[in-house]
Amino acid sequence: MKLIFEESKSGRKSFNLPKLDVNLKNFPDELCRSELNLPEISELDLIRHFINLSRLNFSVDTQFYPLGSCTMKYNPKILEKASNIPEFLNLHPFLSILPDSINRCKGALELISDFQDILCEITGMDCATTSPMAGAHGELTGIMIISSYHKSKNSKRTKVIVPDSSHGTNPASASMVGYEVVTIPSNSEGEMDVDELKKHLDTDVAAVMMTCPNTLGLFEKNIKEISDLAHSVGALMYYDGANLNAIMGKVRPGDLGFDVIHVNVHKTFGTPHGGGGPGAGPVGVKKFLEDFLPIPRVKREDDSLVVVSNSDKSIGHVSSFFGNFAVILKAYLYIKLLGTDGIKYSAEMAVLNANYVMNRLKNYLKLPYDRTCMHECVFSLSEMAKKGASALDFAKFLIDRGFHPPTIYFPLIVKEAFMIEPTETESMETLDKFVDAIIDAVKLAEQNPEAFKEFPKTTVISRPDETKAAKDLIVKARL
Amino acid sequence: MNFCPHTPEDIREMCSVCNVNEVDDLFKELPVEEIDFKKLGKGISEYEGYNLILNLARKNNLLSYHFLGAGFYDHIIPSVVDFVASRSEFYTAYTPYQPECSQGTLQSLFEYQTAICNLTDLEVTNASLYDGGTALAEAVLMSLRITKREKIIMDKSVNPIYRNIVKTYLKFLPYELIEVETEEIEPDFGKIKSLLDSNVACFVFQNPTFYGSVHDWTDLINFAHEKNILAVSSVYPISLGIVKTPGKMGVDIATGEGQSLGNPLSFGGPYFGFLVTKKVYIRNMPGRIVGETLDRNNKRAYVLTLQAREQHIKRHRATSNICSNEGLCALRALVYLCSLGKSGLKELALINFSKSEYMKKKLIEIGLVIKNNATTFNEFVVKFNRPAKEIFSTLLSKNIAFGIPLYLFGGSENDILINVTEKMSKYNIDNVCSILEAIL
Repeated sequence: MKLIFEESKSGRKSFNLPKLDVNLKNFPDELCRSELNLPEISELDLIRHFINLSRLNFSVDTQFYPLGSCTMKYNPKILEKASNIPEFLNLHPFLSILPDSINRCKGALELISDFQDILCEITGMDCATTSPMAGAHGELTGIMIISSYHKSKNSKRTKVIVPDSSHGTNPASASMVGYEVVTIPSNSEGEMDVDELKKHLDTDVAAVMMTCPNTLGLFEKNIKEISDLAHSVGALMYYDGANLNAIMGKVRPGDLGFDVIHVNVHKTFGTPHGGGGPGAGPVGVKKFLEDFLPIPRVKREDDSLVVVSNSDKSIGHVSSFFGNFAVILKAYLYIKLLGTDGIKYSAEMAVLNANYVMNRLKNYLKLPYDRTCMHECVFSLSEMAKKGASALDFAKFLIDRGFHPPTIYFPLIVKEAFMIEPTETESMETLDKFVDAIIDAVKLAEQNPEAFKEFPKTTVISRPDETKAAKDLIVKARL
Repeated sequence: MNFCPHTPEDIREMCSVCNVNEVDDLFKELPVEEIDFKKLGKGISEYEGYNLILNLARKNNLLSYHFLGAGFYDHIIPSVVDFVASRSEFYTAYTPYQPECSQGTLQSLFEYQTAICNLTDLEVTNASLYDGGTALAEAVLMSLRITKREKIIMDKSVNPIYRNIVKTYLKFLPYELIEVETEEIEPDFGKIKSLLDSNVACFVFQNPTFYGSVHDWTDLINFAHEKNILAVSSVYPISLGIVKTPGKMGVDIATGEGQSLGNPLSFGGPYFGFLVTKKVYIRNMPGRIVGETLDRNNKRAYVLTLQAREQHIKRHRATSNICSNEGLCALRALVYLCSLGKSGLKELALINFSKSEYMKKKLIEIGLVIKNNATTFNEFVVKFNRPAKEIFSTLLSKNIAFGIPLYLFGGSENDILINVTEKMSKYNIDNVCSILEAIL
């Protein structure tokens, strides 16, 4: 498709601004910019351009999107409608701190406060904040809280421990707060090796960061022992909430010994992911860490709401206000729609769906850790790759069958990893079609692996040259 | 209410494929205990849910009109922006890891990157960051990576919240941050210059400043470049319809809050940050980048590129921990900029400038003092002869939020930061000025 800049024609116009009702003033010449190159296009052509672009995307609303570790479940439409109510849409965030203005944004503050309380209830934490704007931002905030806590105890700690199956954001967040990262290998069960952990656990360790269930889709059976060990040397436990979808309503990270958590609301609470964002990454902590939470923060005090915008111990601002408010609103409504039973039932169905797919496929694909999985399962396509059909080839085959491919090559510890997360909102029939497509791929790999190099054939482009993209680096239109 | 499609028969059949008697058997490895939910009750229908949100929304006591800005602005949003962003092929898609089935997201982000580069006259940008403040913090970290120096000089006329975010990001790391006091409300160019020595990685400024003043920073940037110091700025994108660009001033890394480009105020988010730089620094840039390439049939295609910098590959050695971006907000900005087009953004900027100049004139006529010594863009500081808090409260009782009293940010008790956008009518400006005249 043409770029919108290439569709531009001098003199065309889309939007009309209201007529100026005061005198036009000239801006001083010496401070003026030179010409600005933006498209000149009619409203209809603009709409056609973007609607046609939208049709080049797979999405949850058009296709099954079993992207492991990323939980792409259905986003109820009522959430979109509710997030467009003008009394929230047009609300200026500074009303939360301006004099006598708190009642001007009372509904918004109440929503945030209620959401924080419910998030604590689901996760077993005592206090929460909505400030962080994405999961990784929540991690950064959480590690800053941990660092500030240790500093307040005059404890100089330099290391953060992560398992080798961790998301890349975990080590990256720890290092952005100045920590050295120690990686612990997984054992034959696909869990953190406790004996290895013991070797590295000393009073230099600030935190142990874990995802539970982990990125292999497996519940860490030793999690309570691990958190006891960490606490015994004064380290804190950090919970990466990427996989909370599998256990919500069943067990709570707070009860498993975690001190700080973040929740990726798009993964757990069904808010749409907008082609990469916006997300939201609220953070929950145990009571002893409350004072370190970022500012500003909404807090209930004696039945009234206050905004804490000054606090000695706080890590400070990580964002300007209360995070991505409209995203939090959607997550809040989603939880309210589900309620206690719906939350628990969703986790159960997510786990059932993953085990169903795993069991239907395990006679066809290699399952490196053959045990009950949680909401996602990881296969290894290394045998297939030897025959000439890699995980990437399988992914591209599935596109032609109308499925968004699963996550491939993650976690890094599984060769030719193929990670499937069906989520709870998909029906058995959809899962069956998906499984059948993979079985067809397996048969094709046995018979004619070269045929894979042709896929996908039905999309607007086919297998782009990524090396060229990195070498030639064209990152804006050549106009 | 739940969104699971399973019938009891489906569940029985699936359990049997899984070799379990019931779903609970799948949770045997977990230390499951009954959770005592006190706050979260039973699930509700969507009708009840909508009313719940509507009732909360109505608890917000709306203003007749307001002069609030300070980095977050109330601009007109063309209908096409909402229309395009509400296409679920855009908003229910994920990060475009599979380019063949994500060309819609990838091409629109490539177009966004082009628009932001053109707007700022800089060479490369990413597919958006969280917000203006974190983008500035990432730019500072980037300058430390590039120069391998340890000192940062930051002008105090940068938005105080952004300064706070930068401070939070830096306080766990072994770097020195020096904030430079303003002369009244204008940047102290001489003082900043005197601090630029060979240990400095970058100096950080905002244009227009937090107080609305527009300056040409070119001379100071040239001076800094002689000492291999980078210039990092935060800019207000609407002002770039007329104001000299960071690129033309020689800025190395420009950042900003993208909210004003077609994103509603929405009580603080979602917004998005942009970060634009020179091509030589692209490998030090955080965030996702969309690049153009060819597919096997030599057809133009778009992919996420330079992923080797990112956390999912480089882990603790990545340029940042950022994983998601604000793609949908960036799409809104692109549609917004295309809708206004080449002449529209300039026209819009001039309308904003003209209206705020009109308001300044009216305030001066009733005897008030404008504190800015420089040209301003749609925002300025007005000084009263008594506490701003009183003035603010009086007007608030008439449902008007009259700007941001600057004592909230450590400024003078008597100063208020006033913002005027294209949405503000002459009638309302005249009205608020006559109320003011009566109470002064």
